[in-house]
Amino acid sequence: MRLSPDNRARLLLYGSFAAAILLAIMPLPSWLEDFRPDWVGLVLIYWCIAAPQRVGVGTGWLLGLILDILYGHALLGLHALTKATMAFIAMRLHLQLRMFPRWQQALAIAVLLFIGQLIVLWVRGAIGQAPKTFSYWTPAIVGLLLWPAVFAVLRNLRRRGDIR
Amino acid sequence: MITVFGYPLRAPSPFARLVLLSALSTVLMVLDHRGHYLDGFRSATTLVIRPVYAVAGLPGEVIEAVSDFFTTSRTLRGEVTVLKDENRELKARTLRYEAVQAENERLRQRLDSAVRVSTRHMAANLIEVAGEPGARKIVVARGSRQGIYVGQPAIDAHGVLGQVTQVAADVSRITLITDPGHAIPALVNRSGLRVLVFGTGDQNTLKVAHDMLKVPYLTASADIKPGDLLVTSGMGGTFPPGYPVGVVVKIVHNPNEAFLDVHVRPAARLSHGTQAILIWPTRAPLKAPGPPVTKPAKP
Repeated sequence: MRLSPDNRARLLLYGSFAAAILLAIMPLPSWLEDFRPDWVGLVLIYWCIAAPQRVGVGTGWLLGLILDILYGHALLGLHALTKATMAFIAMRLHLQLRMFPRWQQALAIAVLLFIGQLIVLWVRGAIGQAPKTFSYWTPAIVGLLLWPAVFAVLRNLRRRGDIR
Repeated sequence: MITVFGYPLRAPSPFARLVLLSALSTVLMVLDHRGHYLDGFRSATTLVIRPVYAVAGLPGEVIEAVSDFFTTSRTLRGEVTVLKDENRELKARTLRYEAVQAENERLRQRLDSAVRVSTRHMAANLIEVAGEPGARKIVVARGSRQGIYVGQPAIDAHGVLGQVTQVAADVSRITLITDPGHAIPALVNRSGLRVLVFGTGDQNTLKVAHDMLKVPYLTASADIKPGDLLVTSGMGGTFPPGYPVGVVVKIVHNPNEAFLDVHVRPAARLSHGTQAILIWPTRAPLKAPGPPVTKPAKP
C-alpha cells in the first residue's frame, strides 16, 4: 500500500506519540519505576522544536489529557496543563534550541522537564498529595541523559518521513 | 479565509491557546477534585483504557515468558522437591480434615443446629492496592453485575481479608481488616472468649513487615494468651463463623493502664497474592441482595 507523503508523515508522527504513551504506562519492576523518564514530554518537546507548524500547545494538551485518563488516579487535566505549558515553552524557544550544541540542548530540555514536574508538584501540593521524596526528581535527570538518544531516533524518523 | 463581521478570523496564537487550555484544564481539575463530577466519565473510560494497558503490558509478559523458558532445571528440581514435601504435608492434613469434618457434622446434627458453610464463592483479581494514605483498601475486578454487594465478606486461602464497602458495575472496593476503621467480631478459638478485633493500619508497633490488628478493652483476667487463634464468631451477620482472623503474637500488660495491649498478626496474607475470594454466606442478612440466581457468574 502506498501512502501519500503527507499521510506517511502523519502516521510516523502519531506513531511516535503512541509509542511514548505506551512507554509511559508500561508496567516496570518497582525499582525501575523511579527512573522512568517523561517519555511523552521528551517526544513532545522534540516535535515542538523540529516541527512547530504541526505540533504545538494543542497537541501537548491532548496528549496530557490522554495521560490523565490512562493514569486514572491523577487529577483530570493536570498533565494536560503541564504538557501544554511545556509545549508552549519549547515552541517559543525552538529556534534557539535548534542552534544549541547537543549537550546544551539536553540541559535546556532537562530544565523544561523540571518545569513540567514542578507544575505537577505544585498542583498536587495544593490538594495535599505532594510527593515528599527526592526520587520524585529523578525522571528529569534520566530525561537529560536520554535526550541525545531520543533526539537521534526521532531525527531519523523525521528525515525518513520528511516531516516538516 | 473565513471572515466574521468583516474581520478575518485567524487561528489563535500559541499564547492565546495556552491561556485558553490552561483555564480549561484548571476547570477540569476543580471539577474532578472538588465535586467528583467526572466520576461517570472516569468509569466510562476504564473500558477504553483496559486494552491500552494490555498492549503496554505485552513486553513485560514476553520477558517473563522468556525468562520462564530459560529457568534452569536445577531451580525447577529444587522447586519440585519443595512442592512434593508440601503436597505430602497437605495430603496428611486433608486426611485429618475429612475425618474432623465428618465428626463435626455428626456433632452438629446432634446439637440440632444447621451447618453454616459458605456454598458460593468467587475469585476476584486485584486491580489496585492504593487509596488514601493510612487506609488499607483494595480494588478488585468484580462488581454488582457479578452479584457483589456491600458488606460481603472477602477471604484468601489463609483467612479473612475484609469486607466489600463500595460496589460499582465491574469493580468493587474491599476494606481490609487491617484498615484503622475496621472491626470484626471474633472468638478466641481455645477459650471461646468473644472479642472485637480492630485494624491499626500500622506496622511499626512490632517492627514487622505487615500490618497488625489489635484487641482492645480486654482486662488482665481475660483468657487469652500469645499463640491463640482468633476466628470469626459470626456475630453481626457480616462474616460467617469459623474463618481464621489472626494469631495473637504479643500481649503487653502495663499495670498503669486498664486494658491489655494485645497484638494480633492477621491470618490472611494481606500483602501477598493477586486474588481475593468473595463468599456468599448461606444465611446472608435479609437486606443484602444475594447473587443473581438466574445468571450464574463466571468463575
